[in-house]
Amino acid sequence: MIKLIPRVENSKAMIVLSPIIALTLTALSAFIIFLFILEDIKVSSVFFTLFVEPLTDSYYFSEILAKAAPLIIIGVGLSIGFRAGIWNIGAEGQYVIGGIAGSAVGLYFYNVEALWLLPLMAIAGILGGMFYAGIAAFLRIKYQVNEILVTLMLTYVAVLFLSAMVHGPLRNPSGFNFPESRIFHDSALLPIIWEGTRLNISLIIAFFLALVAWFGIKKHMFGMQIKISGSAPRAAKFAGFDDNKTVWLSLLISGGLAGLAGLFEAAGPAGQLTPGLPQFYGFTAIIVAFLARLHPVGILFSALLIALSYVGGENVQIDYNLPSSIIQIFQGMLLFYFLACDILIKYKVVLNKN
Amino acid sequence: MNYQLEINNITKSYGDLKANDDVSLNIKPSSIHALLGENGAGKSTLVKIIYGSLMPDRGEMKWLGKSYSPKNPFEAREQGIAMVFQHFSLFESLTVEENIILGLDTVGLNENFSEEILKYSKQYGLDINPQQVVGDLSVGARQRVEIIRCLIQNPKLLIMDEPTSVLTPQEVADLFITLKKLAKDGCAILYISHKLEEVREICSEATILRGGRLVQSCIPQDHSQIELAEMMIGKKLTELARSNISVGSDIFSIKNLSRKSDDMFGVHLHNISLTMKQGSIVGIAGVAGNGQDELMELLIGEKSSSSDVLSFDGEDIGLMNSHERRQLSMFFVPEERLGHGAVPDMTLDENMLLSRPESEGMTSNGVIDWKTVTSFSEQVISDFDVQTPSSRMLAKSLSGGNLQKFMVGRELIRKPKLIIVAQPTWGVDAGSANNIHQALIALADQGSAILIISQDLDEILSLCEQIHVLSEGRLSDAVNMKSDGLEKISQLMVGGEKQ
Repeated sequence: MIKLIPRVENSKAMIVLSPIIALTLTALSAFIIFLFILEDIKVSSVFFTLFVEPLTDSYYFSEILAKAAPLIIIGVGLSIGFRAGIWNIGAEGQYVIGGIAGSAVGLYFYNVEALWLLPLMAIAGILGGMFYAGIAAFLRIKYQVNEILVTLMLTYVAVLFLSAMVHGPLRNPSGFNFPESRIFHDSALLPIIWEGTRLNISLIIAFFLALVAWFGIKKHMFGMQIKISGSAPRAAKFAGFDDNKTVWLSLLISGGLAGLAGLFEAAGPAGQLTPGLPQFYGFTAIIVAFLARLHPVGILFSALLIALSYVGGENVQIDYNLPSSIIQIFQGMLLFYFLACDILIKYKVVLNKN
Repeated sequence: MNYQLEINNITKSYGDLKANDDVSLNIKPSSIHALLGENGAGKSTLVKIIYGSLMPDRGEMKWLGKSYSPKNPFEAREQGIAMVFQHFSLFESLTVEENIILGLDTVGLNENFSEEILKYSKQYGLDINPQQVVGDLSVGARQRVEIIRCLIQNPKLLIMDEPTSVLTPQEVADLFITLKKLAKDGCAILYISHKLEEVREICSEATILRGGRLVQSCIPQDHSQIELAEMMIGKKLTELARSNISVGSDIFSIKNLSRKSDDMFGVHLHNISLTMKQGSIVGIAGVAGNGQDELMELLIGEKSSSSDVLSFDGEDIGLMNSHERRQLSMFFVPEERLGHGAVPDMTLDENMLLSRPESEGMTSNGVIDWKTVTSFSEQVISDFDVQTPSSRMLAKSLSGGNLQKFMVGRELIRKPKLIIVAQPTWGVDAGSANNIHQALIALADQGSAILIISQDLDEILSLCEQIHVLSEGRLSDAVNMKSDGLEKISQLMVGGEKQ
């Protein structure tokens, strides 16, 4: 029988090894699944297309970076809430509402070209996301409603609201009734930082936000407050922290950043508001945050890994006609193995001969 | 001579740690045998081996002269060994009778069970009503249920783990009568305790363990309490005495504090009033669950009370949170260590920050200065002799006693004007308890006020000049120890308690 015995101290070796074990197990499991679903194709070539090819081509590489940016921005926000034990799993909804709010500002000034427009749109995006996550904070504090349910369910509302907006008030008046907004003009679009690709300034902002979050978590009482509130609520009261404030801050920060990411998507790769705005980034960022063990700098790497699986996954779809759910299977397995392997940090496995 | 139980050269290790190292002891039939030792001395390990929940690495046991090596508690009970644990395992929503039936290995619903219970109840003076719901019983009564549950299995050896730690003096006296009678009727008792006075009162033999090894087997009446304590801790104890009782002006007062508990099973507080002077040590005695937790929450500021109820150093602190109260030099040590006074998954350095008066430079505008934090935690570790490799260890990796020293130390190095401590030495070994008590006394000698909320009456009696009793959410006036003494305290402790 296999037994798990608690370690006296967290194993330093396992902190490093467990992600490697998890990656290996994920690759192995993916290999086995491919063996079953691929008929005439070599598994190794699928693996190549999935994980290696995107890194060898500069366009694909730029796409990885472009997809990593929203994942980092949302992931950083979520990691703060998750540390505090506030489970905002509706970042997708906040992302959509932020996208709508920011785009609405851009569309309102559709004939004004000015430097202040993009910052104003970003602020509107942040406020939109904050407002949407704030609903969950309010309900939790006032009526003890579980934020997991509220944030998740509001996501569906947000997606339908987006649909209503692009079919109605925000539809392009001269767009032949397509459910799309006007195309943003240049000063409402994020500057490209790599000529000839879709990579824009949001990546730099994402890195900057990760660093700010790292500082806040490591060097500021704010980080202690959310950590203590998350792992020992009574100790948080003992320390004099206001638990309502923790709930508000966690949800407003994660919601605000998700909203910002939504606006960046609309004012970046999309260039307009379309029903295709939701890209599942809000949900995928949950995986990103946990793969990084909620560490802001780690999120930079996990976001790149997940972005790689996105780009590789798209290529596999095109080249081998495989279903798009391949990526989700991969991401799901990765998270599963990752969380499972983390147990090795706190426990050691002992084979019991009895 | 025939022994009831012989234990020869038992050794049991956990990794490098020898929890029991070559321990031998013999229990005579019909004797009350004390097993003495500090926390971590190896008492629990030895008892678990006797009770079959652990297997020794080496050594052997004999039960009535025959080889005995139980593989599980079930086998131990079959032989006639029963145990009353420190933490009871009763279902609060069931009746006494139902609880007792559930505890039996051979399940059989006998309709005459309550008669059986009453038989034991009468025979051994264990006052109990079989039809009463356990949730309504006092701690002492619950212990009686546990004892009857053991007696029904007709044991020849009853193991009792720290049985008096939660009882009132009157309940202790009743328990001793029961135990003496049981022993006389042929049931040997292995009595685990660190309360030496009790051991000298009822035990005919004592085995003392220290650091997993046998120190001595002796007759407790041949030694003084202090001698026994020194055998237990292996060094000299310092006498507790105040060098300077100069009581100053009022510093802290509670005026008519009432509060309904938010918790369904909580205790409502009624009209609590208390005044403390500088340099005084005040104690609040009482059995657990009589409002201590609720009172502590309000005193720390985890829940805010109303204005005009709590005042400290001339300021109304009722609406302040704990952090604001600390700025006024008011500090706290809660009873619960892991999860309340310390966060288990954080390092000692990080735990320092739970109590962080702004004047000390650990944080400025919220930015943490980790160097200063570490220097403070290292000071606590050295001043209070906290056994840990470094201040970067996780709180949960420390033993309970060591963490308690750290928590008490964290508050005491601030030289607080008022410190409120719940169960200052709960689970702390005698040597460290002595250190903590001395530190508290030294602080009071310098003019600070100290409020101790403790279930350990001995602790309160030895430290406090002014003693109140908390019972069912009501606080008594200060007890006049000269005229009324222990009897009055005992009476107040059981107050209006349901029996």
